[in-house]
Amino acid sequence: MDFIVEGFAQAFSLIIHLDPELLNIIVLSLEVSGIALIVASCLGVPAGSALGLKKFRGRGLLISLSNAFMGLPPVVVGLFVYLLLSRRGPLGFMGLLYSPSAMIVAQAILIFPIVTSLCHSAVVSVDPIIRQAAFTLGATPWQTSLTVMREARYGILSGIIAGLGRAMGEVGAILIVGGNIAGYTRVMTTTIALETDKGNFELALALGIILVIISVLINIGLHLIQRKGMVKILR
Amino acid sequence: MSLELLISNISKRYDHTTVLTDCSFKFESGGIYVLTGPNGSGKSTFLRICALLETPDSGEVKYCSDGQLLAKDISLRRRITLLLPKIGVFNTSLFNNVAYGLKIRNLGKNSALRVAHALDFVGLLTKKNQQALTLSSGETQRLGIARALVVEPEVIFLDEPTASVDVRNTEIIEDIIRKIRKDGRSIIMTTHDMYQARRIGGKLLVIKDGKIIDHPG
Repeated sequence: MDFIVEGFAQAFSLIIHLDPELLNIIVLSLEVSGIALIVASCLGVPAGSALGLKKFRGRGLLISLSNAFMGLPPVVVGLFVYLLLSRRGPLGFMGLLYSPSAMIVAQAILIFPIVTSLCHSAVVSVDPIIRQAAFTLGATPWQTSLTVMREARYGILSGIIAGLGRAMGEVGAILIVGGNIAGYTRVMTTTIALETDKGNFELALALGIILVIISVLINIGLHLIQRKGMVKILR
Repeated sequence: MSLELLISNISKRYDHTTVLTDCSFKFESGGIYVLTGPNGSGKSTFLRICALLETPDSGEVKYCSDGQLLAKDISLRRRITLLLPKIGVFNTSLFNNVAYGLKIRNLGKNSALRVAHALDFVGLLTKKNQQALTLSSGETQRLGIARALVVEPEVIFLDEPTASVDVRNTEIIEDIIRKIRKDGRSIIMTTHDMYQARRIGGKLLVIKDGKIIDHPG
């Protein structure tokens, strides 16, 4: 029991004294997950919106795939990206394996179906009367689509934040493609896994506390966005 | 401002139900027309087809200006507007709801005065910054009218504008319709309330058995 108490005490000390190693790891984690989220959102929001707004052949299949891929096992994604980026793989010439870029690719692939699927759900849940209202007020098809997306904005934002939550807590894929190299590809989750193995609980606990705080903040953000969107449902 | 609407032999079916059969009518520019008939008689379908929101199975909807037949493109759609029974409130303030039509026409820069005027016209100016989803049914309908009027349409279609509205708001909306009429716009509205049809005035039309009948008075 003493080692837990001592671990927590040292962990808080690391946080309070803004330990440089701790800060580097946090910054890299936020960078990797943040860029992955931007990439996944830039692709996922238009894809999810198109699935919600347009009728085309194969749409049902794409919706099913996007929903199914929301639960993609991270290690499988890691393996897939590893094979793509390894020297013998089709993208091996880019030399991205064991770099933050490879971690971004893996996380973006993991988040993309989440953003796409939740964005699609948000768009289809907009009252069809909104589309008709936009049409009758003289909107072009493009303006009508943007209006529907604007009405779905809280749902779309929820999807993006859910994606961030998934990225921040992910360990399997980035461990495989990043290699957990100290000072280069070591992020919060991979450090926690490694330091726990080594028995160095103070750094693992400090990062764990930070990760929980980030997770709580993400969920508070999600809750606030959903509550703001609730006025629509209450009417 | 001269926009005539010619309806020629339009028919419409939904699944196995025939809603409209060979309906023809000419709506003159600047006129006020009140379509009445029992629920389910096809009034709304007729109006939606006239407003280009739906297409008929057969027959034609033609808009003419100064004797010229107009293409049914975006520029024509921007000269007419339809107020739906459920207006489709955007999840934002009253001001932004009304400014919508101006923004999509790239007229948003100096829209404040026009929006304020439209809101004042329907008696909602004091609530311009309020979230539009919090309005009552009657106020929502009035917002819909302001939203439609701000873009100064030449033809305004009103589909059962007082269907779910209390007596007080019904009176307000009827007053607003009479005021719109003075502006010289064409108004084509539906109502199942014959008394309201008479109160509004204008030409009374009845839709019966899928056909449109010019009511003698």
